[in-house]
Amino acid sequence: MAGMSGDDADFAVLGGGLVGAATAWGLARLGRRVVVLDEGDVAHRASRGNFALVWVQSKGLGMPRYAAWTRQSSDLWSGLADELKRETGIDTRFERPGGFSLALDEAELERRVAMLRRLHNQPEMTVALGTEIVDRGRLAGMLPEIGPDVVGGVYCPFDGHANSLKLLRALHAGMQHHGAVYRGGCAVQAIEPSADGFRIRHDGGETRAARVVLAAGIGNARLAPMVGLEAKVRPQRGQILVTERLQPFLRHPVVTVRQTDEGSVMLGDSQEEAGFDDSVGTDVLATIARRATRMFPLLGRANVVRSWAALRVMTRDGFPIYAASARHPGAFLVTCHSGVTLAAAHAYVLAPMLAAGALAPDLAAFAPERFDVSPPG
Amino acid sequence: MFRRLDDALTPAPVVGLTVDGTRIEARAGDLLAAALLAAGRGLCRTTPVSGAPRAPYCMMGVCFECLVTVDGMGSRQACLVPVREGMVVETQRGARVPGR
Ligand SMILES: Cc1cc2nc3c(=O)[nH]c(=O)nc-3n(C[C@H](O)[C@H](O)[C@H](O)COP(=O)(O)OP(=O)(O)OC[C@H]3O[C@@H](n4cnc5c(N)ncnc54)[C@H](O)[C@@H]3O)c2cc1C
Ligand code: FES
Repeated sequence: MAGMSGDDADFAVLGGGLVGAATAWGLARLGRRVVVLDEGDVAHRASRGNFALVWVQSKGLGMPRYAAWTRQSSDLWSGLADELKRETGIDTRFERPGGFSLALDEAELERRVAMLRRLHNQPEMTVALGTEIVDRGRLAGMLPEIGPDVVGGVYCPFDGHANSLKLLRALHAGMQHHGAVYRGGCAVQAIEPSADGFRIRHDGGETRAARVVLAAGIGNARLAPMVGLEAKVRPQRGQILVTERLQPFLRHPVVTVRQTDEGSVMLGDSQEEAGFDDSVGTDVLATIARRATRMFPLLGRANVVRSWAALRVMTRDGFPIYAASARHPGAFLVTCHSGVTLAAAHAYVLAPMLAAGALAPDLAAFAPERFDVSPPG
Repeated sequence: MFRRLDDALTPAPVVGLTVDGTRIEARAGDLLAAALLAAGRGLCRTTPVSGAPRAPYCMMGVCFECLVTVDGMGSRQACLVPVREGMVVETQRGARVPGR
């Protein structure tokens, strides 16, 4: 597969996080020759620091297409988990028992209900998200450990969670199983469109590919202009706390509290505009812990064993960007801020489109041209 | 396996505690992990994922192998807890029971 001057491939996927790996796996399982070029440990990598929800209930206010896309990915997820397990032996521990968001006072509950109403009343909504407002009484039956401060919540049967580190490992093992080549420590420096595709210069040499997929997270901002695209993505910090392993007590994931397959409880996660600063702060961690212990008082005794911050890859409106370069056909841009949730859609829906060489018209809502529209004055 | 060095030289008052309901004797000033090892009760817990047995290891608060339930409070580091007359110690099987 490697030519004299480096790699030769049908596709070069730039970035080996969840977005790049899901796309690369999807391409490789269709028989495409794929090289994944990934930066090293210095990179900001959301895929290694996220909360691992496969989350549907709140998605799509402002872009109904995103609600449908998210629901579709949630529906495809168990197939993804099964296929990866068969292929790699790695169990991504996907479960979809339905998830909750919980409110700690009436005002919070009202805000949430109003948001959901606006989301569902959008004229272009094509899918049902199945959300239900659950009062305290019913909640106590489904989440017996809730504390007295919980006034109610929202349930969505399509919410679930997984082990996102195992997902990342499984996607990497799977794409290599299908012949894809992974090159770490190969930060891309330049993409040069050529007659027969793209020449990609990186820290490990040069790779030539007929097509190129930019899936470099925050790094896409720098790479996109090299193929005539724009990727306005910014880092948004999220902090997470993890407790020691506890006996199972929480069957359903809650948007800020979930118990993992091995018993740890993850508490998250803040949304902060802090540039590229990925340090943790005790004030934010304390707020996260305080809210979590009001939701589930028995967490007050648990020992916290780790905390970290990671940077989300955020577009201006929070929705994904899927773009094909008009100036350089064969170059694509893929970025989103829910790469765990959307892994199945990227592998099973997006990758086949890329393999065929074009994005389907029904993904037009995700094109970056939406940012060019000037707001009504 | 573990024997006190100074048993005869510096006799200290005996302190009684229970481990999983069985009475053991320690010396005033012992740290709980040392008392458990001296009493031949070093296997203080099993791990949550694989169920492997664990015993106190570093004896200085860094490895967290020595976790036990002390007077109803789970996951205390036995190597950091001084013994007390009447202390009730329970070994832990797998993950901690939430709320304990
Ligand atoms: C705190 C937090 C909580 C989250 N919770 C959830 C959740 O519950 N559910 C969910 O679905 N999503 C969640 N996310 C989002 C999810 O983690 C991201 O959407 C996803 O990881 C993005 O993947 P990515 O591959 O685009 O980016 P990254 O993981 O950032 O990967 C980008 C990759 O590109 C590489 N790269 C960068 N520049 C270059 C270059 N020049 N050349 C080559 N390679 C390059 C980097 O090395 C890196 O490996 C969360 C994120 C955070 C931070
Ligand atoms: S023996 Fe290591 S922490 Fe107690």
